[in-house]
Amino acid sequence: MFKVLEQRMIVPNIHLLRLEAPAVARAAKPGQFAIVRATEEGERIPLSIADWSPEDGTVTIVFMNVGSSTRKLAALKSGSSIPTVVGPLGNPTEIGPYGTVLCVGGCYGIGSIYPVARALKTAGNRVISVIEARSSYLFYWEDRLESVSDRLIHITRDGTKGYRGHVGRLPEIIKSIEEPIHRVIINGCTFLLMRGSEITRPQSIPTVVSLNPIMIDGTGMCGVCRVTVGSVTRFACVHGPDFDGHQVDWAELLKRRKMYMTEEVVPLRTSRCEEHAIRS
Amino acid sequence: MPEPKKKKTLDLNRREMPKQPPEVRRYNFDEVALGYTMETAIEEARRCIQCPAPKCVDNCPVEIDIPSFVKYVAEGDFAQGIKILKQKNCLPAVCGRVCPQEEQCEETCSLGKKHGQIAIGRLERFLADWEATQGEPEIPQMAPPTGRKVAVIGGGPAGLTVAGDLIKLGHRVTIFEALHKMGGVLIYGIPEFRLPKAIVGREVEYLRALGVEIVTDFVVGKTRTVDSVLEEYDAVFVGSGAGLPWFMEIPGENLNGVYSANEYLTRMNLMGGFLFPQFHTPIKRHKCVAVLGGGNVAMDCARTALRLGAESRIIYRRSRQELPARLEEVENAEEEGVIFDFLTLPIRYIGDDNGWVKEIECLKMTLGEPDASGRRRPIPIEGSETIYPVDAVVCAIGNSPNPLIAATTPGLELGKKGNIVADEQTGKTSRDRIWAGGDVVTGAATVILAMGAGRKAARSIHEYLCSL
Repeated sequence: MFKVLEQRMIVPNIHLLRLEAPAVARAAKPGQFAIVRATEEGERIPLSIADWSPEDGTVTIVFMNVGSSTRKLAALKSGSSIPTVVGPLGNPTEIGPYGTVLCVGGCYGIGSIYPVARALKTAGNRVISVIEARSSYLFYWEDRLESVSDRLIHITRDGTKGYRGHVGRLPEIIKSIEEPIHRVIINGCTFLLMRGSEITRPQSIPTVVSLNPIMIDGTGMCGVCRVTVGSVTRFACVHGPDFDGHQVDWAELLKRRKMYMTEEVVPLRTSRCEEHAIRS
Repeated sequence: MPEPKKKKTLDLNRREMPKQPPEVRRYNFDEVALGYTMETAIEEARRCIQCPAPKCVDNCPVEIDIPSFVKYVAEGDFAQGIKILKQKNCLPAVCGRVCPQEEQCEETCSLGKKHGQIAIGRLERFLADWEATQGEPEIPQMAPPTGRKVAVIGGGPAGLTVAGDLIKLGHRVTIFEALHKMGGVLIYGIPEFRLPKAIVGREVEYLRALGVEIVTDFVVGKTRTVDSVLEEYDAVFVGSGAGLPWFMEIPGENLNGVYSANEYLTRMNLMGGFLFPQFHTPIKRHKCVAVLGGGNVAMDCARTALRLGAESRIIYRRSRQELPARLEEVENAEEEGVIFDFLTLPIRYIGDDNGWVKEIECLKMTLGEPDASGRRRPIPIEGSETIYPVDAVVCAIGNSPNPLIAATTPGLELGKKGNIVADEQTGKTSRDRIWAGGDVVTGAATVILAMGAGRKAARSIHEYLCSL
């Protein structure tokens, strides 16, 4: 069992989960993910690692409460335990001396892009972080990102902070930077990854996206996470999760992600009276 | 008084094992075969003529003293019988169910030609199941602690065997398992109706009782490298299995509803998908499932799909004769109503507008000259394209060894297919202090062969540890 040191909603619908998982914490690198299960009957779900401390043996995950399994995680109390935390899985994000790097994050990806930005900064890059949300009150970890970025740019759907709109504003942002961008790294929902890649393609800026398909084991065994990249089938869990955003077959990925949409909400529709009764 | 008994022993024919009737079992996940009763087990065991030079033992990958345990069953001394069995096999309840006895111990039985071979597997299963009803299993004599430590990577059949052997010899053993449950393919792969998971759990608990340390949710190669493990342990055994599924590599393979056998079975077995939504891993209730392949795994998938209410068919490019699956499993599948399309080769998947597979196009085949495997080579018949409507396809055409360890362990010699190269007799790899065995060395094979490899590696590891 793995102890839940902290579980709280940091902004509406986005949760922070800090877990005691010393072995994972010792090995974690930016861009990797862990697989967690909230209960013994629970689904194995892959979640990006947003921070870790080898000294304290802790791993921090930022996730969005979107389906029945993330709802179970979102209901965890600090001090409780969960049966599975395994990782770090996937390959770390490649960190090199690139020059100027744009780190783009949205929803949970604001959390997981943070260690990427931090490592890039340490490697001597000029780091410009761009974060996107529906409204200013949905931003979190801005201070952390600021501390590892040369510049922090906001985009909000309602214009309450920074640029108004969504990732579609990226071309203007890139233009305004007045220096060549050598690499773009995007973490967040599939839509953000796809739109971001479409925008950088005509400008031929190397673009790395962290894909988030359905997974079970996370070690290459089941193949449900397969994605087509440059017309070759790859397993996101062992070959990724980072891929060249200009090579990904986005239409296929979006369809594959919807595979269990109906089933995901089945448990949400059923009455939870029994659970409530047990808890009270 | 003794007369009726005498009459009974005169019936020299092999005893059948009762099964759930096909029309019942095709709707449930309970075990198909029900096991011998005490009386039948004794009757069956009494048929054994106790050959002076028994050929059955030579054909057992883990060298069980078969005549001896059969003799104890015949005498009704089950406690002694299970003791003999467990000297060489730490997973008798598993092997009694899933070993291909017909091509191993039972194949060479002297009674084979006349009355049917002694049902060694069924007797093995009987003893193990009998023991389970007797309370806590007896802890065998353990060697004094040696102070040596061994890490076993992978909690499947090979790893469990190595752990069981070495712990009895006084070494400290830790098993690192990547998934959240121990057992490897016994847990994620083989379905409940063929191998109840409670049985695997019992065998794992037995190892724990012997003192084996078990660490689940730990991916060696990711959470920690083999080299880092070697800093803490005197020896490492790699039994990480054949965990990278093959696909057909034909158009449309990434459509929704196309599964690898690993995914399909893992969802159902490890994750308890057949109990969704009680268990939370989602599954689809498909109506028409095609399973590609002809091995035991293909049979498992087809029979699982059937139990979930689908019309289930096996698509296999050769004929029934060439099916690599155990005959018993093929017959079970046929009885239950799995449709077999032999001499049929899938060439493309056709999807609907939402990206779901709706049809599979196949070519009919004919058999030509024998190929390298000794089986007749299937040749496509031109213009024989046939379309099957499906809403799911399961690819059960094999696996490569899992690459995670190979990729993170420098200096480990690999074969052409990415398998770890290990000595057949000792399990030694090209790296000092690292042994390997099971599917990661041979590619996908059987439970008992993995156990046999584990047995040999354990012997070699023990020799090495004693030389320190």
